[in-house]
Amino acid sequence: MRELNASQLLRVSDLEGANPPTALEGTDLERHVRDRVLTTTLDRAVAWARSNSFFPLAFGLACCAMEQFQTAGPRMDIARFGYEAFRASPRQADLIILAGRVSIKMAPIIRRLYDQMLEPKWAISMGACCSSMGVFNNYALVPADKFMPIDVHVPGCPPRPEALMHGVLKLRKLVQADPDLGWRERYGALGTEEKPLDA
Amino acid sequence: MNATRQPAVTEGGARAPGPTLPDGQAASSDGRDGALRQELLTLNFGPHHPATHGVLRLLVTLEGEVVRDLKPVIGYVHTGIEKTAEDKSYWKVIPVVERMDYLSYYFNAMAFCAAVEALVEVEIPRRAQYLRVIHLELNRIASHLIWLGTGALELGAVSIFLYCLRERELILDLFEMSSGQRMHTRYFQVGGVIEDIPSGFERKLREFLAVMPKRADEYGAILRSNEIVLQRLRGTCPLDAETLLGLGVTGPLLRAAGNPWDLRKAAPYSSYEEFDFKIPVGSVGDNYDRFAVRLAEIYESVRIIEQAIDGLPEGQFITTDRKVALPPRHELATSMEALIHHFKLVTEGFRVPPGEVYEPIESPRGELGCYVRSDGSSKPARVHMRDPSFVNLQALAHMVKGSYIADLIATVAMLDPILGGIDR
Repeated sequence: MRELNASQLLRVSDLEGANPPTALEGTDLERHVRDRVLTTTLDRAVAWARSNSFFPLAFGLACCAMEQFQTAGPRMDIARFGYEAFRASPRQADLIILAGRVSIKMAPIIRRLYDQMLEPKWAISMGACCSSMGVFNNYALVPADKFMPIDVHVPGCPPRPEALMHGVLKLRKLVQADPDLGWRERYGALGTEEKPLDA
Repeated sequence: MNATRQPAVTEGGARAPGPTLPDGQAASSDGRDGALRQELLTLNFGPHHPATHGVLRLLVTLEGEVVRDLKPVIGYVHTGIEKTAEDKSYWKVIPVVERMDYLSYYFNAMAFCAAVEALVEVEIPRRAQYLRVIHLELNRIASHLIWLGTGALELGAVSIFLYCLRERELILDLFEMSSGQRMHTRYFQVGGVIEDIPSGFERKLREFLAVMPKRADEYGAILRSNEIVLQRLRGTCPLDAETLLGLGVTGPLLRAAGNPWDLRKAAPYSSYEEFDFKIPVGSVGDNYDRFAVRLAEIYESVRIIEQAIDGLPEGQFITTDRKVALPPRHELATSMEALIHHFKLVTEGFRVPPGEVYEPIESPRGELGCYVRSDGSSKPARVHMRDPSFVNLQALAHMVKGSYIADLIATVAMLDPILGGIDR
């Protein structure tokens, strides 16, 4: 790869077969610049970087943690997206994946872990138990939304690794997009149905 | 960790007081008898800690680096499963109990189904028994793979974790083929299994059986030749078979200490008596033996599955007793009686004659027993699980007292407690 400075970029280089390079003018130059130069805001650039390098907390509660392992495993390979750096300390993490059932005894500890994470931080509730108490639905459990903000809920009992990956990619979109958007605008949904990601 | 480490078991099998300190001064808790005075430090370990296999909390009393006392605090994933089970009809309890020990879901379902089957006295077709054996042993391998992967991870070996996950995916694919789910499959029913294995299952199973022993050889080669792993496992935290039995410990931990107690041989269930397999045992009962026994069990499980798939009998995969098992779908359109049975089973469930029963099976962690008491209604009056993780955890303090805290990590890894099973 050759390094090109800006003035060279704005020329028709010999990459396109025009040799020697000739200077462009008028609408040709405009079109040339529009095709090659990307402008963005700092916020968006930072959000892009953040959303492609989550540091999840190495934290498992129950069954779902096993599928969370599989997400890091060779088949799903969460490292493809840049999320493989599982951190043991909440101070180094910016994403907590609640993988499993949250008992009433565990809830204050999870809240404390979440509070120890530095801003900006996100939370995924994985599986039916910590979203809605799941099949148990009894005295012992508490849904995660009761004691901390959750950004993405991944349904399933337990969700497949693909489902968790889908949830994490949803979170990526959430981080990249305007935070003020509602979920329907963000995901292009109509009513309660969501359009496919790449439609 | 220094050169003066000595094995914590002496020739006579008695527990040595602990590692000696570098100058030969015995480390003692009162600190009066030597120049080395050390205060005791109480360390809170968990419930969120990457090396506790879940949300186990340990209150460790340390003198320097030496563990003097240890108290496990449990209950952080208490889910109220036993209470919930009392509220559901028998066949709806299966998915709830499956989620206790979340690495051995087939075993949970098997223990419960066996208990209910003993109460209603239903005959299990031999094909169903063989299918159960295949899935139980596959599940045993999957559970041991997670144990090996996470255990090695805690000893600092990261790559073996990824290798183990690779093989576990193959097993979960097989589960998905036979039942549609990767985990918590609800494949076992009272009276048999929910469906026969699909076409293509046998071919994929044989592919897996061909590859698994080779991969297990590789794990062994990686870990047995790793000096760090050997240093941390060999001779650390042994416990003799008598003490283990006194604490009620079963499974690979007991077998590592030399006692070949395995319910598959001692009290065969689900036609285990028809298979030829060995019980791997250790000699010293240290962490290395615990590791070696479980790794050897993977080979034995492969052998059992090979025999089961070779000799898989023809016939029914679930009992024809319509009082406990759903009628086949096609009968519903033609038979009024089948429709009535179906309606009765799905709405109320089947009634179980009053009585109580305890059915133990050999789970990857030891004796998993299910106690069911029936009052004659369609819901169990009491369901209790004797979970091996819970009982085995008692032995942890006896194992690690007098050892270094680094050996505590290795011992927890080799103990393989599953907190979902402990807390229920």
